[in-house]
Amino acid sequence: MVDVPFDTVAGVPPAEVGEVELYHPRSWWTKYVFSQDAKVIAVQYSITAMSIGMVALVLSWLMRLQLGFPGTFSFIDANQYLQFITMHGMIMVIYLLTALFLGGFGNYLIPLMVGARDMVFPYVNMLSYWVYLLAVVVLAATFFVPGGPTGAGWTLYPPQAILSGTPGQDWGIIFMLASLILFIIGFTMGGLNYVVTVLQARTRGMTLMRLPLTVWGIFTATVMALLAFPALFVASVMLLLDRLLGTSFFMPTLVEMGTLTKYGGGSPILFQHLFWFFGHPEVYIVALPAFGIISDLISVHARKNIFGYRMMVWAIVAIGALSFVVWAHHMYVSGMHPYFGFFFATTTLIIAIPTAIKVYNWVLTLWRGDIHLTIPMLFALAFIITFVNGGLTGLFLGNVVVDVPLSDTMFVVAHFHMVMGIAPIMAVFGGIYHWYPKVTGRMLNEALGRFHFWVSFLGAYAVFFPMHYLGLLGMPRRYHDIGETSFIPASAHDLNAFMSVAALIVGFAQLVFLFNLIWSLFKGKEAGGNPWGAASLEWQTPETPPGHGNWGKELPIVYRWAYDYSVPGAIRDFVPQNEPPAGLSAQGSHP
Amino acid sequence: MAVAIILLLVAVASVLFHIFSPWWWTPLASNWGYIDDTITLTFWITGAVFSAVVVFMAYCVFRFRHTEGRRAAYNPENKKLEWWLSIGTAIGVAAMLAPGLVVWHQFVTVPADATEVEVMGQQWMWSYRLPGKDGRLGTSDARNVSSDNPMGLNPDDPAGKDDVVIQNDDLHLPVGKPVKVLLRSIDVLHDFYVPEFRAKMDMIPGSVTYYWLTPTRTGTFDVLCAELCGAAHAQMRSKVVVEEEKEYHAWLEKQHTFAELSGQRDVAKAAYKTGSE
Amino acid sequence: MSAIILFLAGIAAIAGWWLSQQRLTAKPWLEEGLIVDLREESTSFLPPAKIGLGVFLAVVGSLFALFISAYSMRMNMVDWRALPVPRLLWFNTAVLVLSSVALQGAHMAARRSDIDGVIVGLCAGGASAVTFLIGQLLAWRELSGAGYFLASNPANSFFYLITAVHGLHLMGGLVALGRTTAKVWRGVAVTQLRLSVELCAIYWHFLLLVWLVLLGLLTGWTDNFVDICRQLLS
Repeated sequence: MVDVPFDTVAGVPPAEVGEVELYHPRSWWTKYVFSQDAKVIAVQYSITAMSIGMVALVLSWLMRLQLGFPGTFSFIDANQYLQFITMHGMIMVIYLLTALFLGGFGNYLIPLMVGARDMVFPYVNMLSYWVYLLAVVVLAATFFVPGGPTGAGWTLYPPQAILSGTPGQDWGIIFMLASLILFIIGFTMGGLNYVVTVLQARTRGMTLMRLPLTVWGIFTATVMALLAFPALFVASVMLLLDRLLGTSFFMPTLVEMGTLTKYGGGSPILFQHLFWFFGHPEVYIVALPAFGIISDLISVHARKNIFGYRMMVWAIVAIGALSFVVWAHHMYVSGMHPYFGFFFATTTLIIAIPTAIKVYNWVLTLWRGDIHLTIPMLFALAFIITFVNGGLTGLFLGNVVVDVPLSDTMFVVAHFHMVMGIAPIMAVFGGIYHWYPKVTGRMLNEALGRFHFWVSFLGAYAVFFPMHYLGLLGMPRRYHDIGETSFIPASAHDLNAFMSVAALIVGFAQLVFLFNLIWSLFKGKEAGGNPWGAASLEWQTPETPPGHGNWGKELPIVYRWAYDYSVPGAIRDFVPQNEPPAGLSAQGSHP
Repeated sequence: MAVAIILLLVAVASVLFHIFSPWWWTPLASNWGYIDDTITLTFWITGAVFSAVVVFMAYCVFRFRHTEGRRAAYNPENKKLEWWLSIGTAIGVAAMLAPGLVVWHQFVTVPADATEVEVMGQQWMWSYRLPGKDGRLGTSDARNVSSDNPMGLNPDDPAGKDDVVIQNDDLHLPVGKPVKVLLRSIDVLHDFYVPEFRAKMDMIPGSVTYYWLTPTRTGTFDVLCAELCGAAHAQMRSKVVVEEEKEYHAWLEKQHTFAELSGQRDVAKAAYKTGSE
Repeated sequence: MSAIILFLAGIAAIAGWWLSQQRLTAKPWLEEGLIVDLREESTSFLPPAKIGLGVFLAVVGSLFALFISAYSMRMNMVDWRALPVPRLLWFNTAVLVLSSVALQGAHMAARRSDIDGVIVGLCAGGASAVTFLIGQLLAWRELSGAGYFLASNPANSFFYLITAVHGLHLMGGLVALGRTTAKVWRGVAVTQLRLSVELCAIYWHFLLLVWLVLLGLLTGWTDNFVDICRQLLS
């Protein structure tokens, strides 16, 4: 194999960043609150996302209580149940997962992994967080407005979303749409940063093919989000105008509670196209960063380079591109032209191929590895199981005719929770256990972590695996109470009760996790700079937690890819990215 | 060790759950057995892949777990293996997609001899309409909806006069005859869902959607709404009765046409007026 | 949704071209040592702000492409009744062209380090952009005076919405332009202004392009054009 020629001249001067360009905080406020440091912004994003995520978690408990024991809890009625599912879905998908992966992990890891001092537009980055916080506040406010939050389902399909038969029609929906619009504006600011930082702020020697897959995943997801979120923006603005000014973008001639409305001439299907044009890429916006994180966790903790790195990169790019031409597989039974079904079923199933390649490469990385069953590794294994499970049920729903009986049933609920609920959350947890030592300088408690892992993984699997079979049975989704039917046996209610109990236990385990996060901050074991023996650049900072500007006086120089583990002939079982090859002077690298 | 065993148990438990699950699809009552077959096929393929991946993982965890002095192999990639896996996946995907598309083609091709039945959804009830002697349904529009004309039929359309209108009652269908179900809504999205029929389609205000089926066994089946339509979504119920041709006609005889219903109301109104004077 | 697919295909082509330059087929595990990457090889190093603007324009482009998609999807339904396009729009278009030309002038002056030229260009560009916005408002008034209200017909709603979104983006541009002008006022050296002026000019050209596309759409020219293309193909 012929190597591409490279510059072996010794003593290449390190790239310097002029001191003027770097922003310096002057007071406590600008250091910790209105901070322009990506690391602080990342922590702010993460805390906000997890806080609003806790609200969504509590909502899921209430929903499970109602589903498992219908009629027992008098404080939950049909209206509230619909409000719970709507807010739960919206918060989890957008305000928790999107914000946490891109705003949290993205902000923290991109500059450190590419060897930059900070994001390229720190001020815009700060604004991004504050607009996001405002969006979250507006969203949370809907719980307190007259009529409560909207109960239109997280898809917000018109005409129902803005008509009086739906809870939260008067204020809830307005706040929800306003919050979404704010979120998109805030995200766009952050997203510009992530993209341009990866493009322009990589340190010397950091070519694209030397980037850790985490950066590849977050980068591709951000590009997709920047292009896909405008669709939600357009849909939200138009729906808001329909609600507030009486336009009829999505509203045909219709009767509301027995009286003819003044609406006329709009198309409800148009909203669905716009929504899913955003909504499907959104699935991958959440999945791609998870793919990247899992790749890195497996590689580090199996002490082996990621198998088929190039294929992994190509697969990420291919998935990103393909995910823009599959959106209508959410609309097979929406009444759109039936011939679209042929096209979208084909594209949808094609996307399974690059996705499957990623799964193969993860498990092949384990093959003949040196597997340390640390908590991040456990979460990575759980991610693969839940993701494979959810991905495979996606092949049912993507195949147009199979979708017909299963759509709008609990099968769909089980599928998307497995593939974009549990799986990405496993990646989030794995990522937190993995990088917490870098962020705080301390390890998370091991025993609590193992407890958290086993309860979360097995519990969540016990909730969502059996749920598929309720869907197969024909149990529709978004029913607060299935009531009397001829086709649902009594045993299905017992299964529902079992799932509810499991869900409550999983929820309890998350409190243990939160406790661990706070407790370890003060009492955790000192981690040192590189507790896992990882090769990628973020573990090679001169200080832990990384100081302002990340790299001390000189930026690191990158001499190799991020996966030099167990290289034959090397003394240690990893070689940091900034370690110069033998025979090259060590100038500019930090031990 | 324990981790590997638990991973293996997850795979085994999933498969056993699948085999012994008492929760399975309801007995079929339409011609869409092909859909069930496609699902079964998909279960076989995906189940095999799932088991293979998880068992392989469990084996790796068992065999290559960290022990003192262990060092991982160095193996950046194996193009041949990756290509073979991709090709294998592509074949598996094609094996699911091809039958799926063939059945979808049947699903969207309505046979010429199918009789039309209209289902109308509104918050939160179902109404039905069958063509009269002329075999055609009259036009309709949400603008015509009133308490006298809850389905919004066009009073000036002669084809609609003899349409049989069924409200607050069950829909009856003859067994063994293909039906094209026309779906319509006057307020929000609904979805006419009979689990035993397998077929399903959203109803959109402002347009008419459809699907077709042939009921294959007699019985009474639940109708549910499968697209979120507001507060009482879960209570939007009705029933479909599939019966033999003879019983069906007996039932049909007893139903009222649109003309009769409007006529009756006119008579009732007139009587009311005379009475009040 | 053909407009947005077309737009994204364009983006994908650019991304694909860029990725093809990045040696994605390299085997990174074989390449130990310092590789001088492309950014240093290329003679014209692009400042991050310019790339940032480029990415932002892609986002805005996607937004407008989606509006256009929604518009054309709705337009193809039978009950579409387009509203008459006010004559004033032609005048506004001319003003917007002028505005773009003026900023191009400012950009060229900044390259020549001609501070007077920059001031003239920026002020002329800003003034004509404001004129354009006022013109758009007058066009709205004319329409609503003639009974074409926002909510009376989907075509009207789309017209108002799309022109409003375009106007808002121009207003955002005016903020950036104002900040650049303020820098000139404070006496910042021309060399430090070059980038800001260039970015404003790029943004203006982009909004002009968007406006021309929208105008084509609102007046129905695009339809005729598509029809002609179809006839040529068949």
